[in-house]
Amino acid sequence: MSDDKNQHPEEQILMEGDPDTTGHVWDGIKEFNNPLPRWWLWTFYATCAWGLLYTILYPAWPLLDRATPGILGYSTRAIVAEDIAEFDAMNAPIREQIEQVELAAITPADNPDLYNYAIQGGSAIFATWCSQCHGSGAAGAVGYPNLLDDDWLWGGSIDEIHYTISHGIRNEDDPSAHYSEMTAFDEILSDEEIASVVQYVLNISGQEHDATLAGAGETVYLDNCASCHLDDGSGDRFLGAPNLTDAIWLYGGDEAALEETVRYSRFGVMPPWSADASGAGRLSEAEVRSVSVYVHSLGGGE
Amino acid sequence: MASLDGHKKIETNATLLLTLSFLVVTIGGIVEIAPLFYLENTIEDVDGMRPYSPLELAGREIYIREGCYVCHSQMIRPIRDEVERYGHYSLAAESQYDHPFQWGSKRTGPDLARVGGRYSDEWHVDHLIDPQSVVPESVMPPYAFLADRVIQPTYIADLMETHRFVGVPYTDEMIEMAALDFVEQATDFGDSGVVDRYPGAQQRDFDGNPEVTEMDAMVAYLQMLGTLVDFSTFTPEESR
Repeated sequence: MSDDKNQHPEEQILMEGDPDTTGHVWDGIKEFNNPLPRWWLWTFYATCAWGLLYTILYPAWPLLDRATPGILGYSTRAIVAEDIAEFDAMNAPIREQIEQVELAAITPADNPDLYNYAIQGGSAIFATWCSQCHGSGAAGAVGYPNLLDDDWLWGGSIDEIHYTISHGIRNEDDPSAHYSEMTAFDEILSDEEIASVVQYVLNISGQEHDATLAGAGETVYLDNCASCHLDDGSGDRFLGAPNLTDAIWLYGGDEAALEETVRYSRFGVMPPWSADASGAGRLSEAEVRSVSVYVHSLGGGE
Repeated sequence: MASLDGHKKIETNATLLLTLSFLVVTIGGIVEIAPLFYLENTIEDVDGMRPYSPLELAGREIYIREGCYVCHSQMIRPIRDEVERYGHYSLAAESQYDHPFQWGSKRTGPDLARVGGRYSDEWHVDHLIDPQSVVPESVMPPYAFLADRVIQPTYIADLMETHRFVGVPYTDEMIEMAALDFVEQATDFGDSGVVDRYPGAQQRDFDGNPEVTEMDAMVAYLQMLGTLVDFSTFTPEESR
């Protein structure tokens, strides 16, 4: 049994002092037309005003062929160009010095300020451009030389390092790049000759080896390898031919790695970095010099 | 409020409310979107931009399939530190043939907008096979399987037609030669004219494997990224 009066009460009675109603009525319930909170209303007006102001100050309204530029003349491109120009101007005097001073004279003793600048700048350049191959700590990886040790393929003096960074190695972009190409002996030597010369290299690098095979390998070595790696296996930096008598290996010094190297050769590539000397690179002369000083300082510099 | 009495009609008529709401949203949309299609400085004309070659396009498909965009952006912002690290800031024109674009907003790995020419092919192959072998601190997963997957240009022309449908200016000749261009760009020899059709395309055996693999396509795509525009001839319009 339902009581109609309870479900649909009499129309709501307005009391004296009540605000106006909105005129909406639901089941006899009316809605007071209370004003919006002042703080909210003024915040709303303020955002409207800011929105309008913004479109006047900054690029905004689309016109026929372009948008209104805004009276502030804001341009992200102009800002970044200014920013770069500002820092270039601040760096210009010291960069110029770095380009003029002899590389060998950029040392903590002779030119402490230049040296500091080169090391700091060089480490940032190294992290950006070199670390992907040579490792963030410059320890290298298989196929990518370690720059911390005393073993250098193309020379470890500051000028030699500078040349290598400027022009790169075995790349096609810079005709002055270091170039040499080891022969792939797969189809030149017999399997026995390859096996014996591998044992010979294991021998001269002081590793465990088969003495009989190594003995036979010496002839093979002297006939085929010594012209670049020299008779004693100490390598030739002029040709980027590595020293085979030490414990440092770019592609691995175990039997399997050596056999692969002898059979198929290796062809490590480094890009040219100098935009000034070779035109093919991405770094300015001052940047190349900075990173050269940095690499030279890592421990193996000669 | 008398002035709002008319609004009651809208509030009490659902169909009318819906229609008028849609109208308002439409006007907002037109004002914001339509000008981009006719404003002259939305996409500047720059020398060097061209559609992707078939092999690069296949590499791009693999890039998207493997979700590379989840960790790598392709958008160098006009900020000094980004420009110093990655190179010239990206231009809208450089992604005008990207459907969809690969700008991204997440950099777990570095930005790749100008990775082209930055490393050797061998580095890319080593790095994709085992990222930690060259960058020990990297968290990138290995993609060694790319080197094992031989790909055929069976559907490449269809893919290019689809891109043409959405506005990429592939010519009939490009589509006709797609399969041949696809194979020849990944070889050290061959003269299909792929480099003439796609100026700046690099033709060589990218992964050292004579067959065309996904690795070839991927490295071809990466080595092209950001290399097309000649910035020595580019004068930035400053109204942006």
